[in-house]
Amino acid sequence: MNGAPGFCGWLRESDSDTRCAFVAGFELRTMADFLFEIGLEEVPARMIAGAQAELEQRVVKMLERERLVQSGAVAKSFATPRRLAVWLKGVAEQQEDVAEELVGPSVKVAYKDGVATPAAVAFAKKAGVQVGALKTITNAKGEYLAATSVKAGRGAAEVIAAEMPKELAGIYWAKNMYWRAGRPERFVRPVRWMVAMLGEKTVPVEFGGYVAGSVTYGHRVLFGEQAIVLKAPGEYEDALLGGFVVADVEVRRQRIRKALDHVTRTVPGLRWREDHELVDKLTQLTEWPTALLGGFEKEYLALPEEVLVTVMRDHQNYFAVETGSPKTGDGKLAPYFLAVLNTEADEAGVAVIRHGNERVLRARFNDARFFWEFDQRVPLIERVALLEHVTFQKDLGSYAAKAERVRELCKRLVGKIEGRGFAVDTNALLDAASLAKTDLTTELVKEFTELQGEVGGLYARAQGIRPAACDAIYDQYRPVSMEDRIPRTAEGQLLAIADKADTIAGMFGLGLEPTGSKDPFALRRAANGIVKILGESSVELGLGEISRAAVGGDEELVRKIEVFFAERLEFYLREAKGQAYDVVKAVLAIEANDVRDAVARAEAVTAVRGSEDFAAVSSAFKRMKNILAQAREKGIAASARVDIALLTEPAEKALAEKSAELAAKVKWLRAEKSYKAALEEIATLRPQVDAFFEAVMVMAPDEAVRANRLALLEKVLGDFSGIADFSEIVIAG
Amino acid sequence: MFLLGRCCVTGNGAVGNWAIAFRIGELPFCEERCMTERAGKKRALTFQELLFTLQRFWADRGCVLQQPYDVEVGAGTMSPDTFLRVLGPKPVRIAYAQPSRRPADGRYGENPNRLFRHTQLQVILKPPPVRIQEMYLESLVAIGIDLKEHDIKFEEDNWEWPVGGAWGVGWQVMLDGLEITQFTYFQQCGGMDLDPICGEITYGLERIAGFLQDVDSIYDIVWAVEPDTGRKVTYGEMRLAEEEQFSAYSFDYADVGKLWEHLNLYESECKALLEKAGFRDDFKDFAKMDELTLKRFPVLGAYELALKCSHMFNLLDARGAISVTERVGVMARIRTLVVGVAKAYAAQGEALTASAEKDVVAG
Repeated sequence: MNGAPGFCGWLRESDSDTRCAFVAGFELRTMADFLFEIGLEEVPARMIAGAQAELEQRVVKMLERERLVQSGAVAKSFATPRRLAVWLKGVAEQQEDVAEELVGPSVKVAYKDGVATPAAVAFAKKAGVQVGALKTITNAKGEYLAATSVKAGRGAAEVIAAEMPKELAGIYWAKNMYWRAGRPERFVRPVRWMVAMLGEKTVPVEFGGYVAGSVTYGHRVLFGEQAIVLKAPGEYEDALLGGFVVADVEVRRQRIRKALDHVTRTVPGLRWREDHELVDKLTQLTEWPTALLGGFEKEYLALPEEVLVTVMRDHQNYFAVETGSPKTGDGKLAPYFLAVLNTEADEAGVAVIRHGNERVLRARFNDARFFWEFDQRVPLIERVALLEHVTFQKDLGSYAAKAERVRELCKRLVGKIEGRGFAVDTNALLDAASLAKTDLTTELVKEFTELQGEVGGLYARAQGIRPAACDAIYDQYRPVSMEDRIPRTAEGQLLAIADKADTIAGMFGLGLEPTGSKDPFALRRAANGIVKILGESSVELGLGEISRAAVGGDEELVRKIEVFFAERLEFYLREAKGQAYDVVKAVLAIEANDVRDAVARAEAVTAVRGSEDFAAVSSAFKRMKNILAQAREKGIAASARVDIALLTEPAEKALAEKSAELAAKVKWLRAEKSYKAALEEIATLRPQVDAFFEAVMVMAPDEAVRANRLALLEKVLGDFSGIADFSEIVIAG
Repeated sequence: MFLLGRCCVTGNGAVGNWAIAFRIGELPFCEERCMTERAGKKRALTFQELLFTLQRFWADRGCVLQQPYDVEVGAGTMSPDTFLRVLGPKPVRIAYAQPSRRPADGRYGENPNRLFRHTQLQVILKPPPVRIQEMYLESLVAIGIDLKEHDIKFEEDNWEWPVGGAWGVGWQVMLDGLEITQFTYFQQCGGMDLDPICGEITYGLERIAGFLQDVDSIYDIVWAVEPDTGRKVTYGEMRLAEEEQFSAYSFDYADVGKLWEHLNLYESECKALLEKAGFRDDFKDFAKMDELTLKRFPVLGAYELALKCSHMFNLLDARGAISVTERVGVMARIRTLVVGVAKAYAAQGEALTASAEKDVVAG
């Protein structure tokens, strides 16, 4: 909206505003398609999708703001590594004229002896009308001059040429560059051409040293530097197909998937490993994608699958291929890979390209094998000493020191869960803690940092370390995200908890806790990991216990970390468990230490919250809480216990009796962790609660009766609030 | 299970001969070089021919050919022909091969893909021409790569040399899955914004030669062919001993105490030089110098000393003599020198320009 005073913004036809009106309606103006394309040197794949969406949004918003399309106009956008484009139908070629009522000087000032004064002349000039066309209106202040001023709409080409450069300059890029002398603009990569067309006419948008025209370019290699001259915006997609460019991202994605399916089927029994992220990346790395199936020597399958897949996926953008039944999920890596190309070669060319890719992969696998064998010369046990020289954090010492702390913490945690019916191989756990970080000294981890932990686990296994320790080392960094799985074994779960808790305690101790969006040591992720492990394993540890064990004596620090953990638990319940905000608050108001218990309580509350009786009881509890709070404010004390003799009304007697009867049951169910059943029992209190509030006035004039009634409410709340603070539950309607 | 195997052709390279199927894991060894069979049935370029061809290509496009810099550097970027010439407003087109030493990458000549010292061909185009990418692709055609029969991708890869306060954005150029070139638009150097910016193309010559000749080990690359006998001189023949001995030197023999001494000596001399030009005061001392002293002031000498420090650091690092804690500190020391030199070079250039202008006015 244009914010200039007295100026009319874009109004829909349905709007009725007497102050101004469009001289010509939208439907009366000539419409044309609009196409804008910016041609660039290869844009980083990771940035394309965001920029495509932003450009589309900016073009639509700009055209709406300039009253060149109706609001809610739908555009279609395109993107490849070398271009971003937007196409819209129904763009007006001209802004409509806007008629506006202007109020001028008072009649008294405007005319002297029936002759127009300079004030009246100036007003007429401002409104763009003859003095004779001025009208007189009467408003609250008296008689004033008025005029209908008509603002002529500008041509769309002029408006777009003026506005588009600002929109382009505003696009967000994670990393920008300068390329022209004098540094006139920053953009993701140098601009190489622009197309801007309104119908068949070009719109002279200037940016990056270019003036937009109607010429675009095709695929770098398959179409070369020949110009593709567009006659109209609607030709764009087809014209580019002729230039070996699939401009539509979704079409390109489907083309890649089909090509992968197709080449995989050339060898029976093969299947490509689904990898959405990689499909996305390759969609943004290609303009004319095709795929090929390549192979590697079977001997490389002796290397760990983790290493092979990392080389293929992360280093080469290849899809892994497997055999085996997709139903049983026992897919075994096959000695093949899939590469997505940005070209279409003939059969002979494909053979050349396949050969080249196979050659590179073989070299990479050879490297990996070299590291794998080289690293084995120094077993992990001997590498423990080397950790002295690897710094964990300058004030927290080396990884050797960290390993020692984690080992001690593991011991303390085991001490706490002993006797809680949790089986753990303590020796394996302690071995794992000692060896966990040794893989940081290996060449393979230096080469494939993303495989830290896993490499350690693999080496440990190859070196005959007991399997329980190997698995724990392998899984120590898990879960790396809310979607990731937790460590598979009890030892792995405890090691992962201890490792993360040690980091959190250490960093908090140095005052390096996360603030706002800053979390350089990924402590939130570490805490999320602990919460997720506790929530999804049978490890019976409280968050408070873990904080205390990791910190030692500093109670203030323990409390800080407990608060941090509680936030992460809240995040977990909401994001991973999908619990509603109020349920999470209600549950955590009671206790935020036992993760699985909090999950169970939240699930129980969610299960019963829809029932009418439960809603009614919740509301009543909220009322009780309010009454008690008010009484406290006024300094009115409840009596220490409920005196049955002082219960006078039948409704309060009934509530006291029923709640006493229920309390024992609920207490037992709660102890059994049968939260849903307990909540259902509590809901049966509804008739008594309803009757109580209907018939009984809590704040009775008699002081003893009043204190006794307050005590009754306190008792009811206390007896039934062990699962959640129901007063937090938001009742609909 | 059969599929099209390695593209190995014996015969005339006609398409029909390509559809030979090999069983994976039993691939026959193949001497023939299919790439060149396809590209006009000539043999692939030797290592030295590759270098000639690329140099000729860029010389024809206005690059002055420079010889390799004779002080140890880790990359062609560190040669003063790049690191210092990118500074200031003066246009530059220059190309040179640069042997690049990375002691920690040595593998005693045992790894077929890694070298202690590899060769880069560095092309500097300031300001970058509009068709820089197209020119680059043409250079690939010049060395016998038929673009229509290969898959070429420009994948984001930004470059940064924190010690030099230098960074740029760009791509790694992937040819059939192999990174053959680093393509960078320099944005900052010595912590200073560049204007105009500079395009830098760095070819990995061993990688490309290995690709063209289709060999699996760097050491099997044919460096030259004796014209009379047709005998092939290999990369291994020329360089293996160097890889073996320098790996041993940097990993096992180098005297850590002396390396530290060297580092300290180079550092102190470099610093002393910079201080004579007003290191602590934005090099304002240049403005006070007479013209002869100004133009003879050895900023280039200071840069060599800084490069020596960098090389000593790399050797110490390969020797495992720098702990992680020390590392940050030593790097900061070298950064001070390298960035200081860049600033001094820019200040000296400005002072010279100012002095020349004064002469013009006076004359």
